[in-house]
Amino acid sequence: MTDLSHIRNFAIIAHINHGKSTLADRLIEQCGGLSARERRDQVLDSMELERERGITIKAQTVRLTYRAKDGETYEFNLMDTPGHVDFSYEVSRSLAACEGSLLVVDASQGVEAQTLANAYLAIEADHEIVPVLNKIDLPAAEPDRVRHEIAAVIGLDADTALAVSAKTGEGVGDILEALIERLPAPKGEAQAPLKAMLVDSWYDPYLGVVVLVRVLDGEISKGMKIQMMGTGAVRQIDEVGVFTPKLVKVEKLGPGSIGYIAASIKTISDCRVGDTITEHRAPTAHALPGFRPSQPVVFCGLFPADADDFEKLRESIAKLALNDSSFEYLMETSAALGLGYRCGFLGLLHLEIIQQRLEREFNLDLITTAPSVIYRVHLSDGGEMELHNPADMPDPVRITGLEEPWIRATIMVPDEYLGSVLALCQDRRGVQLDLTYAGDRAMVVYALPLNEVVYDFYDRLKSISRGYASFDYQIEDYRQGALVKLAILVNGEPVDALSMVLHESQAEARGRALCQRLKELIPRQLFKVAIQAAIGGKIIARETVSALRKDVTAKCYGGDITRKRKLLDKQKAGKKRMREIGNVEIPQSAFIAALRTGED
Amino acid sequence: MAAPEALTTNLPAPGPAPEAQARPLALYVHWPFCASKCPYCDFNSHVADSIDQGAWLRAYLEEIDAWAPALAGRRLTSIFFGGGTPSLMDPDTAAAVIARARRIWPAAGDDALEITLEANPNSTEAARFKAFRAAGINRLSLGIQALDEPALAFLGRTHSAAEALAALTRAKAHFPRVNADMIYARPGQTIAAWQEELKRLMGEGLGHLSLYQLTIERGTPFFSAHRRGDFTLPSDDDQAWLYLATGEVLARAGLSAYEVSNYARAGEECRHNLTYWRYGDFLGIGPGAHGRLILREFALATENYRAPADWLKAVGECGRGVKAELPLTAMVRAQEMVIMGLRLEVGISALDFRAVTGGDFADYLDRAAMARLTQGGYLSRERGRLKATSEGRLRLDAVIASLLGTAHGG
Ligand SMILES: Nc1nc2c(ncn2[C@@H]2O[C@H](COP(=O)(O)OP(=O)(O)OP(=O)(O)O)[C@@H](O)[C@H]2O)c(=O)[nH]1
Ligand SMILES: C[S@@+](CC[C@H](N)C(=O)[O-])C[C@H]1O[C@@H](n2cnc3c(N)ncnc32)[C@H](O)[C@@H]1O
Ligand code: SF4
Ligand SMILES: [Mg+2]
Repeated sequence: MTDLSHIRNFAIIAHINHGKSTLADRLIEQCGGLSARERRDQVLDSMELERERGITIKAQTVRLTYRAKDGETYEFNLMDTPGHVDFSYEVSRSLAACEGSLLVVDASQGVEAQTLANAYLAIEADHEIVPVLNKIDLPAAEPDRVRHEIAAVIGLDADTALAVSAKTGEGVGDILEALIERLPAPKGEAQAPLKAMLVDSWYDPYLGVVVLVRVLDGEISKGMKIQMMGTGAVRQIDEVGVFTPKLVKVEKLGPGSIGYIAASIKTISDCRVGDTITEHRAPTAHALPGFRPSQPVVFCGLFPADADDFEKLRESIAKLALNDSSFEYLMETSAALGLGYRCGFLGLLHLEIIQQRLEREFNLDLITTAPSVIYRVHLSDGGEMELHNPADMPDPVRITGLEEPWIRATIMVPDEYLGSVLALCQDRRGVQLDLTYAGDRAMVVYALPLNEVVYDFYDRLKSISRGYASFDYQIEDYRQGALVKLAILVNGEPVDALSMVLHESQAEARGRALCQRLKELIPRQLFKVAIQAAIGGKIIARETVSALRKDVTAKCYGGDITRKRKLLDKQKAGKKRMREIGNVEIPQSAFIAALRTGED
Repeated sequence: MAAPEALTTNLPAPGPAPEAQARPLALYVHWPFCASKCPYCDFNSHVADSIDQGAWLRAYLEEIDAWAPALAGRRLTSIFFGGGTPSLMDPDTAAAVIARARRIWPAAGDDALEITLEANPNSTEAARFKAFRAAGINRLSLGIQALDEPALAFLGRTHSAAEALAALTRAKAHFPRVNADMIYARPGQTIAAWQEELKRLMGEGLGHLSLYQLTIERGTPFFSAHRRGDFTLPSDDDQAWLYLATGEVLARAGLSAYEVSNYARAGEECRHNLTYWRYGDFLGIGPGAHGRLILREFALATENYRAPADWLKAVGECGRGVKAELPLTAMVRAQEMVIMGLRLEVGISALDFRAVTGGDFADYLDRAAMARLTQGGYLSRERGRLKATSEGRLRLDAVIASLLGTAHGG
């Protein structure tokens, strides 16, 4: 076991795509962590979706052994973190396990919204921060300008920032030395009772639930009986190990170290992130403060496209929850879409990732309803309720007021696009709070209703700024809003999956658009179908799918009745995908398409 | 709707009617060759370099003989030579098939046996009409398809309108009954132009017409051309207008739409096709032919090998070219009878339905759908018959899907 003074624990933090994972590659390489054959770009991004999208979703920990210039051998525990705002909960947890951070800034881009947000998280976590200017190999790199930005925007001393290229490896050696010199060694008592932090957990098909721990005091070893202080669960440890990044078993982990344990844990409820792990028979006196629980902010329904797959979805969601503690789920029944789940996510990307992971890793075909936020409903009887699903909105006469969550959004944008960005925020009911400049880049701070952001704000922002604007937000507060429920009715019956809460100024246009869209999507039937949009019981838009005019086979070839019957049987098989609403059977695909396009 | 198995067990065992062996029989003979292949056609037809007429005759006779014992005692009501282009058959072949069938299944009388031959209106074939008449053919069905030259070219036909009309004149001279097949609702076809075409045809004084709206069939050259966007069909609405206009012109000329696409003067209806629509028994001979037979012990659907060579080989080896022979449950019989029977203007008689299925309409069809469709003016029940109204027949596929519980609603 390494002496505490020879351990350094650090997180690599940055705005999305600024090169954290690539830098991790170089650090692993220079410490001889992987053979040439095992190397590949962003080796820590092991999930299929991470590789495909080129982004990190899940933080990863690596133990490295470094022989420094002073001739001593050091143990580094590196944590590569995701850059996207939706995964900042991953970042916070990683920060809690380390003493310092490498703050990577793309020298060709400069400080972006998540650079700022993550730097603040590191400062809050009392981290020693080493700024790193990356991508200096690029012709567009302006290390000096960016140094100035780091100082001006974040307020960090950037004179000692290291200029590197994670691509070519230039300057990476200096980082390793700087880590030793500038980061504090962890503190801890090997003799004290075990006190370890439960940093993360996930499901491994071979090991079962694997728990990532940071040991603060004492030692954790195979065979030891441990207790999770928060949940009370007691388990015997089957295996202790580290990632190099390959999984390597070790005898024990001492203070200051980060590694994994496997302890035949079956349910995720046993291991809550942030919990304190101690020895069952010799517990520590003081538990750690724990983490602030993650707060889902975006909700939507997830339904199997094939109703027969509900059981499979149920099992898959439970398994996935073991890998991602930050999403919530609750069973839901929809007349339009059948049995499914209402799920809460940290943001839209998170939603998309969970949906895709379910589809790919568990081979499901899913339908997502329009994303929504949590509204607070004030009732005339003096009560208050939290509304997670617009379909559950009480009758308007019982409502005295509605509140919606507002966010504080920070947007960094080159000033040539500032005008369009301001217009977009204004259009989304935003209230400007601040506007500052660093060189030719502006930083605007806006208060915005979250429900305006969950539709397509991020996409719009990217497109009006040609990808140059970056965006970060925090939930701020709840504010009273002129909100209404928009319901879509088919032959007089509401389609639950299509109801939504929105600002009254947008309700009519959205209702009209949805009706028109559904009209195109619902195939003509023997009888005409009425599609209506209603706000608080008042019909504001109406479309009619006229009755089928002609649908008859001209010629029944000879005696081949079988062919005709087979065609009907095929239709019957397709009937499973039909949903009966208001006496009309509507292909589920129509709802799905309406959901996919109802966001414009 | 419950699974067919579940339903059938709750019903009075219908079984074949006791008088099954006395059920009339129709005979279909498939000739799978054409001089050239039309781009819209997905019938079992092939262009062959040479055809061994003798081998085909032997095979037809062999297959007929093979069925003789199972169908002993049946009364033959019609023979239909379909294709392909059966007018390319040697008239002697047709004569021999007719003779053999008549010997095995005597007809009630000469008059009672309708014998149809499908023919293309090319002059070479018209030259053989006399011989076909002598072979025993008493009804000719001529595939005129269009009387408009560009349309004939579009359809890939090898005859002109004039040639077709000349063939028609000749046919009328030789055969007591003549039908013409037409294809309409063609790309860009207007109601006025179609009425014009129809009027010319009506001038020929035919007692029967088969008027089919152009259907794009999977696997044909038209299918890919249509998907590529080389041409577009009239919209559903326009097809409906064309259909209604057709019915009017024909009705004025005294031909009623006794089936979705078939029009006849009273008494001129095609008896053979009526057997299909009424779900009567028919035996299919030749490649790809289908049969429906209610035998003493059970009801049977037969399907022959489709490729000419496969069929010939199978007949050579075991006397019959049957690829699949499946028993028909009462539920399937009910479904098929509805699929076919509602195409007829007169619909389905409840008595016939009970004879075939052992039950009533309500035992097999979605009752809620029946009520809704009746209420909505698509179905009617009168004097013991279930029939589709003219509005219903215009949307028959959807109506049937609804009745059989496979609906898109309605
Ligand atoms: N030219 C150049 N490209 C780099 C350098 N470092 C990273 N990149 C490229 O930048 C892109 C993003 O790199 P990643 O390492 O995936 O960035 P990240 O910060 O881990 O991204 P997230 O985890 O999604 O936040 C990749 O295409 C890298 O190849 C560098 O020093 N020079
Ligand atoms: C077996 S075919 C024809 C017989 C003969 N070989 C001929 O072409 O005249 C029977 C009839 O089906 C009709 N038919 C074939 N394919 C069709 C299609 N795709 N759409 C509409 N009618 C079609 C034609 O009117 C044709 O005459
Ligand atoms: S339409 Fe008639 S001639 Fe043309 S390919 Fe079909 S069967 Fe042969
Ligand atoms: Mg990364």
